[in-house]
Formats: sequence, C-alpha cells, structure tokens
Amino acid sequence: MDIRACVLACLAEVAPEAEAEFDTLEGDADLREQLDLDSMDFLNVLIAIARETGVEVPERDYALVRSLDALVAYVEQCRAALSSVEQRRGERRD
Amino acid sequence: MAEFTMPSLGADMDAGTLVEWLVAPGDTVERGQIVAVVETQKGAIDVEIFEAGVILELLTQVGERVPVGTTLALVRGVGETDDMLREAWAERRSAAPKREPRARANISPRARKLAAEFGLDPAAIAQLRGSGADGAITGEDIHAAALRRAQPAPPKPAPAGMREAIGAAMARSKREIPHYYLAHAVDLEPAMTWLEARNAERSITERLLPITLLIRAVARALVDHPEFSGTWREGDGFVPSDGVHVGLAVALRGGGLVNPAIRDADRGPLDALNQTVLELGRRARTGSLRASELDAATITVTSLGELGVDAVFGVIVPPQVAIVGFGAIRRRAWVVGETVLPRRVIELTLSADHRVSDGHAGARLLARVDALLQTPGSL
Repeated sequence: MDIRACVLACLAEVAPEAEAEFDTLEGDADLREQLDLDSMDFLNVLIAIARETGVEVPERDYALVRSLDALVAYVEQCRAALSSVEQRRGERRD
Repeated sequence: MAEFTMPSLGADMDAGTLVEWLVAPGDTVERGQIVAVVETQKGAIDVEIFEAGVILELLTQVGERVPVGTTLALVRGVGETDDMLREAWAERRSAAPKREPRARANISPRARKLAAEFGLDPAAIAQLRGSGADGAITGEDIHAAALRRAQPAPPKPAPAGMREAIGAAMARSKREIPHYYLAHAVDLEPAMTWLEARNAERSITERLLPITLLIRAVARALVDHPEFSGTWREGDGFVPSDGVHVGLAVALRGGGLVNPAIRDADRGPLDALNQTVLELGRRARTGSLRASELDAATITVTSLGELGVDAVFGVIVPPQVAIVGFGAIRRRAWVVGETVLPRRVIELTLSADHRVSDGHAGARLLARVDALLQTPGSL
C-alpha cells in the first residue's frame, strides 16, 4: 500500500480545492497551515486515514504528525508495528 | 398540487440561479430530499423540498436566474387524486393565463416537431425566448435549448457576489444595530482535561472537538437567557426563537463565510452534536450546504482561535441579536486559590444588540457559559 498516495487521497477528500496545491506542498512544513485545515477538517482527514489504513492517530500524538512527511511516516510505522505483531501471533499459533 | 419555489436564504438574497436538477418529472420525492442545486451569493447551495410527492413538471431550466419565490417545479402531493390534480391545474391555468397559451401559439411547426424529437418538455419550451418574428420560437431556438440541456451541469462556480452580500449585511448591521461588547476569560483546563481523557478511551470517529463543547455550553446558557437568541426586525421588535439554533461561522477557502445552523444545539447527546459539527465542517468545505441550514440560525458562534487570535469581537448577523466569539486556547499563568498555575484559558466574547439587552444581561450570559464549562460532564 502506498501510504503517501493514500494520505493525499484522504486530504483531497476533505479539501478538494486544495488538491491543486499538492504539487507544491512542502513535505516537512506544517500541513494544516499550508492547506488551511481547521480542527474539523483535520479530524475528518484523520478519520478518513483510519478508515483507509486502520491507523488511528490519538490526540496525544498530534504533535508528531504536523507535516505531510511526518504523518506518512507515522502511519507507515504503525502499520509495520501492527503487521509484525500479527506475524508473531501467527508464529505462536504454529 | 404543491409548488416548489426558489427559497430565500437570508434577508440579502433576492434571486438565485438554478445550477442543477437532481430530480426529473415522475420521480417520487420525500420531505427533506435535496432536489436542486442553486447558485446564490452564498455559493452553491443544495435545496430541499418540504412536500412529499411526485414531481409533475420542472418549470425552471438549468442556468436560469429567477427571483425568490418563483415556482421552480410542480409536485403532486401524497394522496392527491386525479380529480384534485385536474382541479389544481385548472386553477393554476386561470391564475396564470399568459404563459401557456402564448408559448403554444408562438412556436413554428418545424420547431414544435424538433422539440418533440429532442424530447424537450413543454414547460421548458414555454420558458424559451423566441428569436423569430413576434418572438416566435424557431427551430434554431430549439436546437440551442437542446444543446444547452445536453451539456453537463457546470462545476459549482466560485461564490461570485459573496463579498458584496457579506458587505451589505455587515454594513446594515453596523448601521442599524447598536452593538455592545464584552469579554470574559474562561479557565478551560477542566473541560480540556475531561475531553482528552474521554477521547483517549474512544475510537477516532467518536472523538470530540473542543468547539463542540463550547457550542453546547453557549446553547445551554441561552436556554436561561433567551434575549440573545432570536430576531430583531423593524416593526416587530425582538422575537425570541422557538429553539436554540446556533449558526457556526465557517470560512470558505475560496473566500467569504457561511454560518450554517445547528438546530437545537442545547439538546440531544453531545456525540450527535459533535457529528453535526464535523459534518457541517465537511460540507461547508466541499460546497454542499443545504438551503434550510442557511437562514435558520438564531445566534452565531465564531471561533478564530485556531489561527492564534486571542479574542474576536464579532459583527452581529442581521436579523440576529448576538454573536459569541472564541479565541485561542492558550496556556497562561492563572491564579487558582493562592497559587499561580499554568492553565489552558480561552477568551469568550459577546457582541449583542443594545435594543434587546443590556451589558448586565450579557455579563450574566457569559458567566453562565463559564460555569457550564467548569462541569463538562454535565454538558
């Protein structure tokens, strides 16, 4: 799964008019500021990401997902952690 | 037979342009169903129908701009018999004798044949302005109409004129409403702590936003202070509202703002209110607000805190009589008992109409909001 493409699709779903700015988006700069996402928009984006990837970003981790790069990395790491846990469970069953 | 008309979305709107029909003659419609998209100064708005039944005829074409109150479509009501319908038709004909006979008489035989081939309905033809002698509808007119119809609905255009509409409403507000302004700093630590603990235990789809809690506190306080929720109109004076319908000021990214109403924001589960807030935010951003949401607010709540603003002193949206503002939630040195503690604090403000209330009443309203926010579990 291409997490970056998935996150961008979720952003486009909530802020369709911002899609034109995706090409010029700075990966390491504040995402909400760049796309003018308010708290309602941001939660809607996170809900869409949770629906698509199964990864829920808790409120206490908001500071870790400020930029697009950070958000993508966070979701990728969570998915990797989830799949390794599942793998270990599977091994134990064997 | 019921008429579906161009709605008024506020005192400053006199006409709207039909952008899209979402129904066709013969379709069954339910009360509250979105049947058309109308372009107004407030942007493209989804318009609901408030009569259940079957669409008989669409009278307005896509692209047409018509005054508020114009009949856009005719609807056969539930339980309406053929006899009742015939009677209603007859009445309608005699009430508006000009439109149909003229349209019938003023179309060339070739145009009539073409219209049948293209499947244009008579109502659409009656709306055409003929280019022939004496305004007769010609074959070319029919061709042009069929071509217009074949084109897909235009993308929702930028809200042209919204700046003018906001300007007119705000100028009127500042000209006519004697505003007074109050500010009240609220210790939001108990509310935020409660919110975070609650959110940590629940799934992301049930996550509560601080704004939901703030809206609920304002709505609850208004139940005890009805002089801030309602309308003031010349002649009638102040009329308190039936329920507390909070308009949430939402900035549109293309410029401008709307304040869709959250009906009965003082009642129901907090989760339901939160879902409504999220949904309104989503639809305001994607440009699919509904007509019934845009003129229902009885007070407005505006929050500019997310951009770092300390306090907002709003301009009342006529014919409302008050606007409540929230600034940024900031950590500040706050005195609790004999100690200074870091607390999250928010600046709560009120702009209210002096024709309806006094500063004393406004101060009591803000104190009530503050008190309610100290016991978030009761909201």
